[in-house]
Amino acid sequence: MTLLLLLFIPLAGGITTFFLKGDKQVKSWSLLIALASLAVMGYNLYAWNELPKTYSVQWLPLLGSSFALKMDGTSALLSLLTGLSYPIIFIATLRNEYASVNRFYGLMLLAQAGILGVFLAADALVFYFFWELALIPVYFLCSQWGGEKRIAATFKFFIYTFLGSLFMLVGILYMYYQTPDLSFSLEAFYDLRLSAAQQSWLFWLLFAAFAIKMPVFPFHTWQPDAYEQSPTAVTMVLSALMVKMGLFAVLRWLLPIFPLANVQYAGIVIGLSIAGMIYASILAIQQDDLKRLIAYSSIAHIGLMSASLFIPNNSALQGAIIQFFCHGVNVLGMWIVVDLIEKQTGTRKMSELGGLAQKSPTLVILLVIVSLANIALPLTNAFIGEFLMFNGLFQYNVWIAAAGGIAIILSAVYTLRMIQSVFYGTTNGVTEKFINIAWNEAVGLSIIVVAIFMMGLYPEPVFRLTADSVTAILGFIK
Amino acid sequence: MPINYYIILAVSLFSIGVAGVLTRRNAIIIFMCVELMLNAVNLLLVAFSKMHYTAAAIQNPASAVGTDGQLFVFFIMVVAAAEVSVGLAIIVMMYRNIHSVDVNFLNRLKH
Amino acid sequence: MKQIIDFAYLVPLFPLIGFLINGLGRNYVGKPLVGIIGSGAVLASFVVSLLLFNVVKAEGSPFTYHLFDFIKTGGLYIPFDLQIDRLSVLFMLVITGVGFLIHLYSTAYMKEESSVHFARYFAYLNLFVFSMLLLVMGANYLIMFIGWEGVGLCSYLLIGYWFKNIDYGNAARKAFVMNRIGDLGFLLGLFFILQQFGSLTYTTIFPQAGGISVGILTVITLLLFVGATGKSAQIPLYTWLPDAMAGPTPVSALIHAATMVTAGIYMIARSNVLYTLAPSTQTVVAVVGLSTAILAATIAIKQNDIKKVLAYSTVSQLGYMFLGLGVGAYTGAVFHVMTHAFFKALLFLGAGSVIHAMHHEQDIRKMGGLSKKLPITHITFLIGCIAIAGIPPFSGFFSKDEILVHAFAANPVLYWVGLLGALMTAFYMFRLYAMTFRGSFRGTEDQAHHLHESPWSMTVPLIILAFLSVVAGFVGIPELIAPDAHKLQQFLAPVFAASTQLQEVHHVSHSTEYMLIAVSLTLIVLSIVWAWLKFSKKPEMDDAQGLGKVLANKWYVDELYDVVVSKPLQSLGVVLNRFIEKTAIDGLVNGAGKLVLWGGRQLRLLQSGQVGSYVLWMVLSILILIVFTLFI
Repeated sequence: MTLLLLLFIPLAGGITTFFLKGDKQVKSWSLLIALASLAVMGYNLYAWNELPKTYSVQWLPLLGSSFALKMDGTSALLSLLTGLSYPIIFIATLRNEYASVNRFYGLMLLAQAGILGVFLAADALVFYFFWELALIPVYFLCSQWGGEKRIAATFKFFIYTFLGSLFMLVGILYMYYQTPDLSFSLEAFYDLRLSAAQQSWLFWLLFAAFAIKMPVFPFHTWQPDAYEQSPTAVTMVLSALMVKMGLFAVLRWLLPIFPLANVQYAGIVIGLSIAGMIYASILAIQQDDLKRLIAYSSIAHIGLMSASLFIPNNSALQGAIIQFFCHGVNVLGMWIVVDLIEKQTGTRKMSELGGLAQKSPTLVILLVIVSLANIALPLTNAFIGEFLMFNGLFQYNVWIAAAGGIAIILSAVYTLRMIQSVFYGTTNGVTEKFINIAWNEAVGLSIIVVAIFMMGLYPEPVFRLTADSVTAILGFIK
Repeated sequence: MPINYYIILAVSLFSIGVAGVLTRRNAIIIFMCVELMLNAVNLLLVAFSKMHYTAAAIQNPASAVGTDGQLFVFFIMVVAAAEVSVGLAIIVMMYRNIHSVDVNFLNRLKH
Repeated sequence: MKQIIDFAYLVPLFPLIGFLINGLGRNYVGKPLVGIIGSGAVLASFVVSLLLFNVVKAEGSPFTYHLFDFIKTGGLYIPFDLQIDRLSVLFMLVITGVGFLIHLYSTAYMKEESSVHFARYFAYLNLFVFSMLLLVMGANYLIMFIGWEGVGLCSYLLIGYWFKNIDYGNAARKAFVMNRIGDLGFLLGLFFILQQFGSLTYTTIFPQAGGISVGILTVITLLLFVGATGKSAQIPLYTWLPDAMAGPTPVSALIHAATMVTAGIYMIARSNVLYTLAPSTQTVVAVVGLSTAILAATIAIKQNDIKKVLAYSTVSQLGYMFLGLGVGAYTGAVFHVMTHAFFKALLFLGAGSVIHAMHHEQDIRKMGGLSKKLPITHITFLIGCIAIAGIPPFSGFFSKDEILVHAFAANPVLYWVGLLGALMTAFYMFRLYAMTFRGSFRGTEDQAHHLHESPWSMTVPLIILAFLSVVAGFVGIPELIAPDAHKLQQFLAPVFAASTQLQEVHHVSHSTEYMLIAVSLTLIVLSIVWAWLKFSKKPEMDDAQGLGKVLANKWYVDELYDVVVSKPLQSLGVVLNRFIEKTAIDGLVNGAGKLVLWGGRQLRLLQSGQVGSYVLWMVLSILILIVFTLFI
């Protein structure tokens, strides 16, 4: 039942938000909804052993589809990330002004429902439904509240992801007709014994959708534009949560269904991902806009994760799953900082900034910690994931691991360059205006910093939570 | 009378209608040509219906073959009448607006 | 007494607490209290380390202290353990001991900073001590790596301490990135170890090392050595260290001379079994170390910045330590780490005292004749110079001699080249000394007026370090002089026991050794006298020409790296950004959109607006359909 509640709260909350009036009411209501959803998730983890992990009710019996939800360790972790991110986003952007604020927050909450649905769905039709449900609010959010070139960017984003979704739909329908009793359920898909030939093209149909969402090189060009043009709160949702949809989908909807195709194509996917990782890192060094820099840095991190998902060993998979969470938290921190810099100085260009360290030491400390997590320094959360992933990659192929390692160096180059050009040096006309970090942003960042160190020092609970899904996937692959 | 005569007549009428629609620019004439085509079809329907009905009745007086085809003709006539009333109204409006019934003047949709 | 082992976690904990208090409470804790907390934390660690030292002195075997399970997934188990044995305890003593003195010194040196920045400085320093302790106390390579990266971070933060200066920021970034390159090697080495041994814990790995093929061990050790070249500033990754002098001088003394840069030596000494089993790596280590020693020494001769000279001297001395490791003189290398920590910290702090007195002037061409105004600094600095030059009975003589004798035993060429480096060391150190303290004062009137000896909190560390620089050598008196007097060797014997068994020891006969010492001493004294006389009377004021210019410009290595690495990377980025990202990928995506638009434009031509043409199309289509259905 808690699973249904998890979906229902943001859905109902989002719809009610549309009818509210007044900035204050809308913001406090949506924060309340976000906190409620976090509380349910917290309870879910607290009573992890007692609560049922699945939920199913008849939905479209004629089509053989039921409204089935399933929570394993990984989806619990990602739901927790979603539950945690929303309050942080709402708190950190509390003072942002939006035109027709009720619609903005309503759409944000609808997107949350969609994202959670993707993480929980155990029925292909339900999965597809939520996959699109998550996309549509974000489309409106970007196209209405975005920056100057929002229409072009949103259009690109929408076409890209929608095209991917269509490929996926074709794949799902084909598999549906292959099931013995025409069913969309996850178990039926898992039980499919597809031939190698079928697997090899179905794999690419589904992977296309997931790869675009993640995004993996060379399907990534929508991302920097979309991140740049979206309002920052939406960018946070996009980069912290929506890209995880693609990664998670690989884990639940791709690896177990196409074991033969995985073996066949893992090399290509890993090669693409690692190449994309280095490629994005090099491009990140070139960027002047903070949002684009973080976008490319994010692509690089995602590249490592998507490569690790296809490596059939415990270390890589476990590392990738942990990194789902850590990347989400860390990138959120980066966006909060970018948002507050843009709000106060009116620019995101690194060449125009500088000297903020004098203005706000607190901000610098918080950002430096988040940046260090971004470059996976030990004792920050990202190190655990990256260490495990590189270890897995290394056991898979030494040279690929070594090549991927170049990105470790490059990440230090661009991250430190960002810190330096934004914070160090002397103030100029633009940064003179900067006042200080506001309490709400400080709260948001502090939660993130605490999470960074907690997971960096003691990742044990996450290992315990996700161990079952790792073993399950390894079982499917072997 | 052999059915072929009817068919030839109907095809001729239909072709005349098509040629009329294609070549004439006067809306009223085009309209009449459309009617010609409809009536060509009507003629065929009646002729075939009569033929099938007679053939079946000769073989087996209790056969179930009806005169549905002839019934259809009435439908077509009704539709054609409705069409004519709407069409003529359009032509009247057209004449009022552009003082002509030449369809080639009606090419604004292009832009 | 043995229960003290259960409190081993206190050693890194104290600095961590100090860091947290000073870091979080920087707006509230006043300056004096910050200094007390910062230095006190390190002193407390030093006391605990002393107690631990007493315990491990009695026991030969290492103690492991389990804190918690760090990574435990699948077959992978990496606990967060501390290991206290003779090697780690020795490093702990040096780190906390020298660290404390430098903290104390800093309270006076950094006095002019505002209280917030003062607290920030001490927080960083404490964090550094914490990370460094973690590095040496870790019971497995991952904990070492945590410390390894941690000290790199602190070094970055402290080099860029004066963050308003863009150049300092660049130096900090360079240091971090160069370290990161090394760290990548180190990390790959760890993965290799994990793959081969299934564990990263020292006590599991080393006993099994004999069963692994030499080729694999060579790769592992080489990768680890790449990490060491980054952290310990060896060719080809040494260029960050001289730039790191942008940080406050006590930082240079602590991080970039006494402790952090010796992490690489610690790592190899810790993994001595692996290195002994991979002789080709040892050769690489020795050659790289020696080349670095010589290269850095040549550059030091022509530098005019007091800290730059010391920086290159540090690089050079680190080279000697690697030479020692490469020829299997593990004890000698660790010994040199210890003595070097004393005298190089002393020299840096002395330089700091001079810079303090000269109001942040670092150019030795503008100094001179400071011996009268700064008597304590002068005497202690001279002691440091004598110690580093290697004159008995000062400490540098014993440790350097041990390394060089082992080098001679391995290959006489190594010895003679090493001796050349030692001569240069003596020469540039006394050039530095003479230009700073001898001759006449060459600074401004204003500076001359304000020249003063530093306060007690700066001179006391100098005196203590000077004392240590004199006597530290006596823990390692060579067999030549007194049998069984090499206390350090006996102390460290359990750590290097496995290597000693594996490696055949080349012995040099006593007569040869006497001869070597006599030759080297004579040459060193000669070069000292030459430098002293040359630069006291006529200091080198002009810009160098010819070869000197090349040396003054550091062999143009920075420029070379710029051309070979930085520039191509930049251009590659531009190319990728412009041609692949914008033209190829985005072009393809936008091209798809453009194709649809173009197609639409072409199809629009069909829509002429003529009713007749529409009907014609319709009729033609129907005809085609009829033909299609009837005849095909």
